[in-house]
Amino acid sequence: MTAGILLSSQTRGDWVELSAAGSWTAEYASAIEPQVDAATRGVTARSIAINIARIDYLDTYGAWLIERTLRNWINQGREARLVGLREDYRGLFDKVHVGTQTLSAPPPKANSIVATLESVGRTMATVGTDLMLLAQMLGSLMVAFKRVALRPTTFRFTSMVHQLERVGWRAVPIILLITVLIGAILAQQGIFHFRKFGADIYVIDMVGVLVLREIGVLIVCIMVAGRSGSSYTAELGAMRMREEIDALRTMGFDPIEVLVLPRILALIIAVPILTFLGSMAALYGGGLVSWLYGGIQPEVFLARLREAVTSTTFEVGMIKAPFMALVIGVVACVEGLQVQGSAESLGEKTTNSVVKSIFLVIVLDGVFAMFFASIGM
Amino acid sequence: MANDPVIEVRDLIVELKGNRVLNGVTLDVYRGEILGFVGASGAGKSVLTRTILGLLPKQAGRIDVFGVNLDEAGEMQRQEIERRWGILFQQGALFSSLTVGENIEFPIREYLDVSDRLMTEIAITKLEMVGLKPDVYRKFPSELSGGMIKRVALARALALDPEILFLDEPTSGLDPISAGDFDQLILTLQQVSSMAVFMVTHDLDSLHTICDRIAVLGDGKIIEAGTMDTMLASQHPWLRAYFHGVRARAGMQAAARN
Ligand SMILES: Nc1ncnc2c1ncn2[C@@H]1O[C@H](COP(=O)(O)OP(=O)(O)O)[C@@H](O)[C@H]1O
Ligand SMILES: [Mg+2]
Repeated sequence: MTAGILLSSQTRGDWVELSAAGSWTAEYASAIEPQVDAATRGVTARSIAINIARIDYLDTYGAWLIERTLRNWINQGREARLVGLREDYRGLFDKVHVGTQTLSAPPPKANSIVATLESVGRTMATVGTDLMLLAQMLGSLMVAFKRVALRPTTFRFTSMVHQLERVGWRAVPIILLITVLIGAILAQQGIFHFRKFGADIYVIDMVGVLVLREIGVLIVCIMVAGRSGSSYTAELGAMRMREEIDALRTMGFDPIEVLVLPRILALIIAVPILTFLGSMAALYGGGLVSWLYGGIQPEVFLARLREAVTSTTFEVGMIKAPFMALVIGVVACVEGLQVQGSAESLGEKTTNSVVKSIFLVIVLDGVFAMFFASIGM
Repeated sequence: MANDPVIEVRDLIVELKGNRVLNGVTLDVYRGEILGFVGASGAGKSVLTRTILGLLPKQAGRIDVFGVNLDEAGEMQRQEIERRWGILFQQGALFSSLTVGENIEFPIREYLDVSDRLMTEIAITKLEMVGLKPDVYRKFPSELSGGMIKRVALARALALDPEILFLDEPTSGLDPISAGDFDQLILTLQQVSSMAVFMVTHDLDSLHTICDRIAVLGDGKIIEAGTMDTMLASQHPWLRAYFHGVRARAGMQAAARN
């Protein structure tokens, strides 16, 4: 079905007739368009006809190109018509002919400086609304918690246990692996630098205090935000997109109570446990490196550790854990429930969830540091 | 009807998770016909469609499209075939991050080397052909109603003027009037372009009013294929229940009145 395409003109009385032949189809549209444009500009006669009797194949592309040419001529104030229309193409031409092609002008693009300023302004404004949403979610959680506390049988215990398995139990291997490595790296760096001053032994103080007070809980929270926070956001977001949340609401369930509360409680239980395991693993990694790389015997390490850290050091780390879990959970759920129809929005909210919760965890850690310093812990 | 099959399916066997869904399906779709494809829910109509489209693997059998065996088709041949068919998915499957216009232009941009101006004009022409206003061009799919999404998806399926159009339950989820309009739309579009239409449907009205031929899937096989009269004459229990049930009679009366 090949054959190129041409428009040759000849005069018939006071009409100029252009003749089209060959395949006027999508495949050849890019080759036909320039010819058609040339014809639109090139023909100067008052009355023009296009003869399409010799067209072998015609589809919407070809029909539209012919229609467009006719319209252009008519807009230029000439007479234009179609001749040689075969019966089997009449329907197609009618369809194309009734199209109005009236597309309103696109909304004007803002000047780029203004647009930049606008986007900065909007971002600032979102910080405010974000904080509002977080506060709102905390409030709804309190209400849901109170309701469940008054009628404990309504609590979704199975759901919480299921979430606990996902965010707690299944996170154990990766948390252990990472914290062992972090402990080992801390000890190695400490030994390497402290050795210059002959202060190798203080590595144990550094590793002990740092891991139990700060690093253990921070690393665990960053892992949990990336691993579980993101999955909370994606799950709730997908449920929103498929109207599952609306379905719950219309059946008289509170999505906060059914979906959010069990998830956040699961995190609040899981994160302290993971923090404890992670801190122990980090101490183990530190001890191992001190022994193999620094030549500090395990007995010496343990004895020194007992002197260096007190139960307060440990408590400081553990007290922070549930609060950080709450922050991660609330941010993840707020973001998830804000997902709009598109796939893009789901991706954006998931990213936001991870970035915001890690940011807030670190800010919260700073606040706790000031708090503990002022009460002397 | 030209006796020239555009799709030939022979002894197709498809298993999903160890469960044999299609067990020796043989089916032809001819150039320029509207084939209505029916069968109980869960019979495997979507599976057959997806297998023909190459979205699901098959265990045995062969599928020829435009006379080309899909197993032996090279990369180029496969692309050529994909350019010549259009698919309307059950939920529309519009790309949610693109506007309606960009959705329709997406296949055009990929396959044809046409100017931006022509691309926009064709997209708008397609929109108007499926009965939408040109303004829809700049909207996002999330701003459209269910019926409009189906129409936009149809416009996208028709973007390259395909020779075969696959429709998976195009009128499910539409009210009867919209469904009737949609059927008529498919019929007129099919008449102007003389493409073959492979339509999975449960809508007895569509079967009566627009389908040239009907194929019925049951127990993993085609139990009957032919015109409406063949269906009505068949003694197969499922066919009798389907075409002689209460809803079928109502549909037939409606068709007779028209
Ligand atoms: N991806 C899949 N994996 C396993 N089984 C499937 C899959 N898709 C469909 N099935 C099964 O194949 C059968 C046919 O499904 P389908 O083709 O969707 O039915 P319908 O005829 O209603 O379109 C059903 O029993 C379904 O459970
Ligand atoms: Mg189906």
